[in-house]
Amino acid sequence: MTPLLEVRNVTRRLPEGAVLVRDVSLALRAGEFMAVTGPSGSGKSSLLYLLGLLDRPSSGEVLLEGQDTARLPASDLAALRLAKLGFVFQFHFLLPEFTALDNVLIPIRRLGRLHGGAARDRAMGLLEAFGLADAHQKLPEQLSGGMRQRCAIARALANDPALILADEPTGNLDSANAAAVFDIFERLVREEGRAVVVVTHDPVLAQRATRQLRLVDGVIVEDTGRG
Amino acid sequence: MRLLLDLARGMLTRRLRQTLVSVTGIALGVAFFIATAAIMRGFQTYFVTQIIDVSPHITIKDETRRPFAQAAELAFPDGAVLVHGIKPRDRVRGIREPVRKVAILEAMEGVAAAPVLQGQALLRYGSRDVSAVLTGLEPERHRRVSNIEKDMISGRLEDLRRAANGIILGEALAWRLGVGMGDTLSAVAPSGTVLSMKVVGLFRTGLQGVDQGHAFALLKVAQVLADRPNVVNQILVRLADVTQAEPLARQIEARFGDRTESWEEQSANILTVFVIQNAIMFSVTGAILLVAAFGIYNVISTVVIEKTRDIAILKSLGFTEGDIQLLFLVQGIVAGLLGALVGCLLGALMIEGLALIRFGTDTPSGQGQFLLDRDFRVYLMASLFALVAAAVASVMPARRASRLDPVQVVRGAA
Repeated sequence: MTPLLEVRNVTRRLPEGAVLVRDVSLALRAGEFMAVTGPSGSGKSSLLYLLGLLDRPSSGEVLLEGQDTARLPASDLAALRLAKLGFVFQFHFLLPEFTALDNVLIPIRRLGRLHGGAARDRAMGLLEAFGLADAHQKLPEQLSGGMRQRCAIARALANDPALILADEPTGNLDSANAAAVFDIFERLVREEGRAVVVVTHDPVLAQRATRQLRLVDGVIVEDTGRG
Repeated sequence: MRLLLDLARGMLTRRLRQTLVSVTGIALGVAFFIATAAIMRGFQTYFVTQIIDVSPHITIKDETRRPFAQAAELAFPDGAVLVHGIKPRDRVRGIREPVRKVAILEAMEGVAAAPVLQGQALLRYGSRDVSAVLTGLEPERHRRVSNIEKDMISGRLEDLRRAANGIILGEALAWRLGVGMGDTLSAVAPSGTVLSMKVVGLFRTGLQGVDQGHAFALLKVAQVLADRPNVVNQILVRLADVTQAEPLARQIEARFGDRTESWEEQSANILTVFVIQNAIMFSVTGAILLVAAFGIYNVISTVVIEKTRDIAILKSLGFTEGDIQLLFLVQGIVAGLLGALVGCLLGALMIEGLALIRFGTDTPSGQGQFLLDRDFRVYLMASLFALVAAAVASVMPARRASRLDPVQVVRGAA
């Protein structure tokens, strides 16, 4: 079976010469929950952006469902991100002028697969699943930190992506909320068969993942899922 | 597209006050453009129709543009012959074969022609002398080339035939002489001939030069007075289609050889003034819109900087560079559209306000108020100009937004 996402000998170098990620290879299958850990500046986030097609490697290949993305134009990468990937960042990045519901609706409307009532139902369903049903008409500034992050996860799931990429999603949350976010990730993996990649500093939370990847200076030093 | 509009609305309302200021700027530019255009065009249109109304569309004169060719020039067309400063030969002045030429002109479609003899005459009433331009005309033909009938305040053009030596005077001219209807005055021609003439009509065109210095008599009478029997020195032409005046004038001149002037050529000085007036108007209102466009540029730029995070997240969600560019372009265009809309309303209000102004004095045209042109095309043009300015102003920040690298932003925010 083709892995959901595969990277082969990927290196990401800055124009100034610094190397963020060096010769990384890994394959990710559906139903995997991978935590990426490592010290600050070890290239965790850089690797995540490469996996998420937000950044292009200096050399090497990134294959999404077997398709090489290196030569695709930016607009095709955007289309892939829209339909197949979901991002969660440390900061929630909800649009401040729009309600929780409208924020979740943005990717759905952009993809255009669902319309009107169906799109709304989908967004409401996601908000309900994360305990935000009563807050759907509230603006992000009216939500608590944990609610905002759950809303951001709902938005990441809006177009039913196969892969969720999260960059320090619990960095701004207290431990209870952080645990709740990981509960959600576990559920997504176990019950819905999605793949989740989480970059985190927190070794305790990282242990909840089914696969641990440890980076130091842009090189994989440990990968429990290899082989 | 609906989504982009919603997003654009969200971002613009966020900067509501700034947006309103730049929209107001555009609106003022559009409104001033509309109002000044209404005044200028109203006045100019009035003036041009007045010219077209009062003066003939084409005047054929008993002159040539170049002096007659000299024998030496004809004999050696390619030779190094230069002849100038020739004393004109004494010849009978006037248009040759006027009857044939009038007949040719009348045969053309939409063309009416009338021969006249125009010359100076000294009008004397009692001890008062006023010099005037006396035009000898044939009432039946003249009525078809001139609107002077419309401007008659007493008597009619045909009344010239009723009296033996009838004369029609401009109202101001009659006032200067002190004559009224039915009075008899003496007309003295440069040739020395004196005729006593009876005032059978008065006219007022609104053009002071005409009202103060023009008089009409029968062609035959004018010819007797000037001692130029059977001579005609101008053929006046009136057209159904005024815009054809210039090309037709060139055609006539080429055919007859007589100097032929269209109304545009005769009023060239005034028309040139109009061109300059319009240029001033366009540059002033253009400058207002330009400043307003900078306002829009400013707002969109601020929004782009402020919305860096939102742009980054939209891009990571899967919005393309084109989407982002369009998103900010739409904001500029929406601001321009709002400005144009408000500006049109404001402009219409300004025009109605101007229409209420009374000057209190009688202007030469006897109006005492602004002559306003309410042409919808001016609104259209101003709106289009505003929209283009707004779009151009938002292109640059929109491009900047679309090139934003989400990775950089997300890193910075984390």
